[in-house]
Amino acid sequence: MKKVWWKVLAVLLILYTIITGLLLGVPRLAILNETIRNLHFHVPMWFGMIIMLTGSVVYSIKYLRTGKLDFDTKSVELAKTGILFCILGLLTGMLWAKFTWSEWWSGDPKQNAAAICLLIYLAYLVLRNSLQDEQQRARISSVYSIFAYAAMIPLLFILPRMAESSLHPGNGGNPALNFFDSDDQLKMVLYPAVIGWTLMGVWLAELRVRYRRIEKALEEN
Amino acid sequence: MKKIIFALLFIVSVPSFSQVNLDKIKAGEKYEITENDYTNKSVDMADMMRENGKIYVVVGVIVIIFLGITFYAIRIDRKLSKIEGEVFGEKVNS
Repeated sequence: MKKVWWKVLAVLLILYTIITGLLLGVPRLAILNETIRNLHFHVPMWFGMIIMLTGSVVYSIKYLRTGKLDFDTKSVELAKTGILFCILGLLTGMLWAKFTWSEWWSGDPKQNAAAICLLIYLAYLVLRNSLQDEQQRARISSVYSIFAYAAMIPLLFILPRMAESSLHPGNGGNPALNFFDSDDQLKMVLYPAVIGWTLMGVWLAELRVRYRRIEKALEEN
Repeated sequence: MKKIIFALLFIVSVPSFSQVNLDKIKAGEKYEITENDYTNKSVDMADMMRENGKIYVVVGVIVIIFLGITFYAIRIDRKLSKIEGEVFGEKVNS
C-alpha cells in the first residue's frame, strides 16, 4: 500500500490512452464514425468495475475466513469504487447509444442487465448502512456481496448473449461488430486503458481505505 | 557579458529577418500587411494545433483536466500520508 510506482503507472497509461486513443487511426465504419474511439474510454470502465468487484469479493471471503475487519474495509471500498465505475460506464454508454442506437435507453439486454447489476450493488450499500454492529455488518454484507457477485456474472456475461437480439457488440444476433476483438491497433490502446483505469480505481479505493483506518484509529482512542 | 548576449540575440533574430521579403522593402518604407501574409503556406507557423479538425486542442484539454485531477489525487494522498504519520506514529513514504 505504501508504494508509489503503480500510481505513476496508472497516470502514464491513462495519459497514453487519451493521446493515442484520440489521435491514432481507427477503422472508418458507418454509423459509428469517430465514436468508435469511445471503445478506449467506455469499455475500460466496465473492465475496471469487474476487476474491482472481483477484488471486493475476494476480500469479503478473506474477511469471512479470518474475521479481520480490515479486509471488510478493503472489500467495501473496492465495491464502492466499482459502483462508481459502473455508473460512469452506464452514463457513457447511454451517451454513446443516443448517437449510434438513437435512444438514450433502448432496453437492450446488456443495458438492462447492467442496470440490474447496479441496483444489486446499491442494495449492498443500503444493507451495510442499515446494520449497527460492526462485526454483524461486516459478516452479513460479506455474504451478500458473494451473492451479488454471483448474480452479476450471468447478468453481464451470459444472459445478454442468450438474448434473441441485441444492439450491443458481442451479444445476441449481433456478431458482425466483433471487430473489437480482432483489430490489433484498437487493442494497442484498449488494453493499456483497461490497466490504467483499473489502477486509477484501485488508487481511489486505497485512499478511502486509508481514510477509514485513520477514522477507526481515532474512534478507538 | 552584455556584448555576448547582444551577439546571441542578433544571431537568433537573423532568421526572422530573412522571413520578410527584404528586397521589397526599402529603407524607411513601411511594410504593408496583405492578405497573402495571412494565407501563405511558405512561412512556418505553429499550425499543428489547428490542423486535422483541431483534434489536438481537444486532446490538450482532456490532458489538462486529467492532469489536474491527478494532481488533486496526489495532494489527497500526501495529506493522508501525513495524518497517518500523526495517528499511527509510523514513517510513511508514499
